[in-house]
Amino acid sequence: MSTEGVNNGRRRFLIATTSAVGATGVGFASVPFIKSWMPSAKAQAGGAPVTVNIDALEVGQLLKVQWRGQTIGILRRSEESLALLPEVDDQLRDPDSLESEQPQFAKNEARASRPEFLVVNMHCTHLGCVPQLLPEVRPEPFDENWKGGFFCPCHKSRFDMSGRVYRGVPAPKNLRIPQYSYITDQTLLIGVAPAGEA
Amino acid sequence: MDKPASTLTRKAGELMNWVDERLPVTQFYNDHLAKYYAPKNFNFWYYMGSLALLALVMQIVTGIFLTMNYKPSADMAFASVEFIMRDVDFGWLIRYMHSTGASLLFIVVYLHMFRALLYGSHRKPRELLWVIGVFIYLALMAEAFMGYVLPWGQMSYWGAQVIINLFGAIPGIGEPLTEWIRGDYFISDATLNRFFALHVIAIPLALLVLVVLHLAALHQTGSNNPDGIEIKKFKDDKGIPLDGIPFHPYYTVKDIFGVSMFLLIMAFIIFFWPEAGGMFLEPDNFVPADPLVTPIHIKPVWYFTPFYAILKAVPDKLIGVLLMGASVLILFFVPWIDRAPVKSIRYRGLQYKVMLGLFAVAFIRLGMLGMAEGTPNQTIEMRVWTFVYFAFFILLFFLSPKEKTKPVPQRVTH
Repeated sequence: MSTEGVNNGRRRFLIATTSAVGATGVGFASVPFIKSWMPSAKAQAGGAPVTVNIDALEVGQLLKVQWRGQTIGILRRSEESLALLPEVDDQLRDPDSLESEQPQFAKNEARASRPEFLVVNMHCTHLGCVPQLLPEVRPEPFDENWKGGFFCPCHKSRFDMSGRVYRGVPAPKNLRIPQYSYITDQTLLIGVAPAGEA
Repeated sequence: MDKPASTLTRKAGELMNWVDERLPVTQFYNDHLAKYYAPKNFNFWYYMGSLALLALVMQIVTGIFLTMNYKPSADMAFASVEFIMRDVDFGWLIRYMHSTGASLLFIVVYLHMFRALLYGSHRKPRELLWVIGVFIYLALMAEAFMGYVLPWGQMSYWGAQVIINLFGAIPGIGEPLTEWIRGDYFISDATLNRFFALHVIAIPLALLVLVVLHLAALHQTGSNNPDGIEIKKFKDDKGIPLDGIPFHPYYTVKDIFGVSMFLLIMAFIIFFWPEAGGMFLEPDNFVPADPLVTPIHIKPVWYFTPFYAILKAVPDKLIGVLLMGASVLILFFVPWIDRAPVKSIRYRGLQYKVMLGLFAVAFIRLGMLGMAEGTPNQTIEMRVWTFVYFAFFILLFFLSPKEKTKPVPQRVTH
């Protein structure tokens, strides 16, 4: 580099300012490219509520529907299985759903507005697999005193019949409960909170 | 000088001079092949570098041809792969070359890395060579993961679901970050399409740059060798290392033999065992992606299972993800973790031999357990080997400076 007749202070200033301006420019220019990775307008519009008719749902039956690309399970539980819920409380990580995601109306033992129907986002809170429903009260390879619930094949997380997570499994929280409401007794609207709640 | 053949030679020489004045072809040829002096005691392990380059080039060539018929859309991807397999002339061959090549590339790369641990090839002055190599390995992992998503089978879909959700474990920004990666609220067409772009353009370009850097760093320091000593210490009066032989023709010929053996094995797999019993191509991936059903037994391809086992071994989401990340990233620091007075395992004490042996067993066992179904006993075994995996690095750091070593020879041995 030539050093003849150089004002070093000015040279340093120019190097610093051009570098700063250049870096700022690169920073701003990268915004559109980073933003282009966000969910598109079309993907955002795909989140419309879903209406489900639960008229034909038998006791013990699980119906899976898609809402915003998520698998939503609607499970009709028997009286007996609801009665078993408190028995596993002491083995659960968050039995009262204090740290889990659910609408206010589902912050109870049954995690539902009508205890009979569990409406649940089926994706495991660990890494998003869809757990299997193992409703029978019988010894399972992973639990001798299995009271029925969900079992994730990916990383062995276990949940009870209300989607509450057991202790000692990788999933950190209970299964998520989406916003939903009943239009009539037989028609469920997933994605919209009941009137009066938001 | 007047004979026609000589005229031709002279003309060729003149042409070469003309080119060399404008582009340093001869100089490049000499610097990196004809006058690049490599230690004369290379053994089997030293095939892996050139084989990795070969495998990478094959992936690029077969990949280019696959893109000509593949459709990166959620509706058409699965069918287009089947179209390649059934209806395109020799499509099955090109596809199997690509899928088999991916696994073989990882085998070669793992052996290549193990070679460095054997002979201390990552030690001073080759730390950057190793660090660039780990970057190549990371890029290969990303490349392989995204490539596996493209056929849009069940394992593609749910593998992507699990891997992307790993980022969700980061406190605070986890959820938005996974949305940003997916470009949607779930694994969708948007995800597939961007993975295709990354798989065929972005990461291959980065890989090529990294490979050039890797070779530049190698040729700056010169190759290490099984004795772990520097051949540049003893030179003849022309400045050529006494224990060095020119890469071309000596090692080009040696490597061609390695290439023949490699291609023989590859051809056998492609023609007789392309799915490798579900290891290279998993049975669940012959079922189209279904967002409503997770396969009962979900697992990544074999080359990721050691790390996957570490994830499975931990009953906590964040710690599991952190440990899995650490198990890969710790590789960056190996040149500074190993502080033994000698480089090569030939002159190191029993201690390192046992530790490295256990580490290799831990890696292989974790790989096998990562594929397994995960009974409670297997979970306990995974924890044991996870412990061994990390203990290797920790013990190495503290024990290696005081390691009892044997005297190192001045000149290379055979």
